[in-house]
Amino acid sequence: MARQAAKKPAPATKKSSTGARKAKPKFSKEEIEKFYWDMLLIRRFEEKAGQIYGMGLIGGFCHLYIGQEAVVVGMKSAITDDDAVITSYRDHGHMLACGMDPKGVMAELTGREGGYSKGKGGSMHMFSKEKNFYGGHGIVGACVPLGTGLAFSQKYQDSKDITLCYMGDGTVNQGQVYESFNMAELWNLPVVYVIENNEYAMGTSVKRSSAQTELYKRGESFNVPGEQVDGMDVFAVAEAGRKAVDWVRSGKGPYILEMKTYRYRGHSMSDPAKYRSKEEVNKKRAEHDPIDHLRQTMLDEKIHTEDELKEIDREIKAIIADAVEFAQDSPEPKPEELYTDVLA
Amino acid sequence: MPTEILMPALSPTMTEGKLARWMVKEGDTVSSGDVLAEIETDKATMEVEAVDEGKIGKILIEGETENVAVNTPIAVLLEEGEDDSDLEDFSPSAASASSSASEEEESEKDEPEERAASSAPRSTSKTPDAYDASGEIPEGTEMTKMTVREALRDAMAEEMREDERVFVMGEEVAEYQGAYKVTQGLLDEFGARRVIDTPITEHGFAGVGVGAAFHGLRPIVEFMTFNFAMQAIDQIVNSAAKTRYMSGGQMGSPIVFRGPNGAASRVAAQHSQCYASWYSHVPGLIVIAPHTAADAKGLLKAAIRNPNPVIFLENEILYGQSFDVPVMDDFVVPIGKAKIERSGDDVTIVSFGMGMRYSLEAAEKLAEEDISAEVIDLRTIRPMDMETVLASVRKTNRCITVEEGWPQSGVGAEITAQIMHHAFDYLDAPVLRVSGKDVPMPYAANLEKLALPHTDEVVAAAKSVCYRD
Repeated sequence: MARQAAKKPAPATKKSSTGARKAKPKFSKEEIEKFYWDMLLIRRFEEKAGQIYGMGLIGGFCHLYIGQEAVVVGMKSAITDDDAVITSYRDHGHMLACGMDPKGVMAELTGREGGYSKGKGGSMHMFSKEKNFYGGHGIVGACVPLGTGLAFSQKYQDSKDITLCYMGDGTVNQGQVYESFNMAELWNLPVVYVIENNEYAMGTSVKRSSAQTELYKRGESFNVPGEQVDGMDVFAVAEAGRKAVDWVRSGKGPYILEMKTYRYRGHSMSDPAKYRSKEEVNKKRAEHDPIDHLRQTMLDEKIHTEDELKEIDREIKAIIADAVEFAQDSPEPKPEELYTDVLA
Repeated sequence: MPTEILMPALSPTMTEGKLARWMVKEGDTVSSGDVLAEIETDKATMEVEAVDEGKIGKILIEGETENVAVNTPIAVLLEEGEDDSDLEDFSPSAASASSSASEEEESEKDEPEERAASSAPRSTSKTPDAYDASGEIPEGTEMTKMTVREALRDAMAEEMREDERVFVMGEEVAEYQGAYKVTQGLLDEFGARRVIDTPITEHGFAGVGVGAAFHGLRPIVEFMTFNFAMQAIDQIVNSAAKTRYMSGGQMGSPIVFRGPNGAASRVAAQHSQCYASWYSHVPGLIVIAPHTAADAKGLLKAAIRNPNPVIFLENEILYGQSFDVPVMDDFVVPIGKAKIERSGDDVTIVSFGMGMRYSLEAAEKLAEEDISAEVIDLRTIRPMDMETVLASVRKTNRCITVEEGWPQSGVGAEITAQIMHHAFDYLDAPVLRVSGKDVPMPYAANLEKLALPHTDEVVAAAKSVCYRD
């Protein structure tokens, strides 16, 4: 599909080749280790969050990211610490990938004083100015204009920084997404829109909700280039991410990446799981798990030994255990906190 | 019978304009659609087209005439078969009374009241709790007449000169110079980087503004009217108002959402709504609704500097009204402080924005009947200066509220509840509310008038609480 806009001859919206996954990774040992480390941290964090939710330590909504780890980890590797990140409510993985402290995230889940929002935000509403993580937004679609506004500010301030604006396959049917695509292209804003297509918006599959199911094409009428990426392969994500980030950082305007991914767990903790079969979930897990796949590659290519990987597993286990301990020991916010932080 | 060509209105609130130039001369034959003349207001220029064909019999008002009232006959058109002799016994009618014309008279009347209020002795009737707004303008400060529109523009321009982070975005704010000309001249001075025309995309650009505020900028987001901000209310409430709290104080949104609010004139239900009580319901927002040009300027400057999201409710009918504004390098009015606009002892009238016009007129009428009304302009709806209201009620023992919004859960309902809680024992009568009627705004002129609060209702309510009805 040829692009019409003369100012940007390349690239058209496209599907990335599926063969990329088989190729030998073009990343250093350190980079690969960091992919593994970061993905495993998110996996173990979320598994633990699921467990302590079951124990009644976490209240309200809790949306787990298990299965989608390669997306945030691969994308984070493509940006700098000064770039901004914003997402919707399935946000724990994004925060950990941004380098936010697992203790502060877990303590926010338990609603304690030591949480990133002092216990006032919860699972869906966490922020870190220090790590350039701008939330954590509970209203589907709202983060897209907000992320576009971050990019507006970056351009206004003549900085070289860019914004990663995440959204889900459910979000792409909200009108404000297209209002944002339009303004971002019109004003040439430095934003990569990352659509995490995990196939289900709560219980509604993409097929049942979307007239155009190829979500990377959703920017076509605004001349925003898009690309579909295997979001279960951290290498593919990292490569596509670098390309998109380069495009955006060089002043060519916004870019859309559709990450084909999958969540193993329910939409939230109270998911009836009636909309998809157990076999479907198990098959995805068995054949496409991003962490298993990377681990296998690391061993097959003799990048790491079994013992090295076991050491990483142990380190992460300890970090998660500390986070849970902190999240349980941190006191509840003081009653006086009820009335603070409403206005500056 | 010759036909009169009348001075047209360019907008529902236009009361007068300049007849800039004639494009035809007496004796010219014109046909429907021909441009006859050009009209200018402080907002725009418009061509007057011929509606009928005929010959220009007489030009009644020459070009370059300022302040021609809407509906004044400006020329006479002769139809086929008529000639100059038909003009001999033709006398042009006077400008027919329109609601716009009467607004102009009202605004002229308001100004002496303004001065009277500011020179009225206040010391005798003040209590320690009441805010004293007289200190906002140092004694002896030079004053200049300025419209609310100009005051708002100057406030933005001054703040933009001081702070590079401040920018304006909205529909038609730049090249068009503002749908209501509030941003006139800003594009010339600050350029397209800081004065930004948006597509018609309220939900989107409100969110872009909030995101930019998270990231360190100081956006002023103009809504062409607050009616259109309903498309964006999720971003205003869920994103702008709540993020500071949800982030444990880490991330705020220093942003001003501004634009005309409430009824203009004859624009019917979807364009005539007051949002004061809607936004004042929300913790995390500041809500301001000025009446005078001085308050519009001083409060908008304060709003732009404030680290919180501010809803700044303007009024289209007030845009063109002139008030005294102090000539000062940096005139800022504190947020959250009411102003005793007129001192009195018998009854307290609490209002804001356009409601102040009815309230001040009512106070004048009440004075003729020996009822001394104290008129309080809230100026800020949230946080509300109940101290000043309660101090007044403790003195007068009677209170009425005046607003254009609907009665249920309105600003008046809140004030009434607060007074009942904090000054119950001081009340000699139940607090009464004067408000817009509990209906969508009708279009028909007579029904619209009935739907809005008016001065006589304020007078009647005040007399009722004084048991003088």
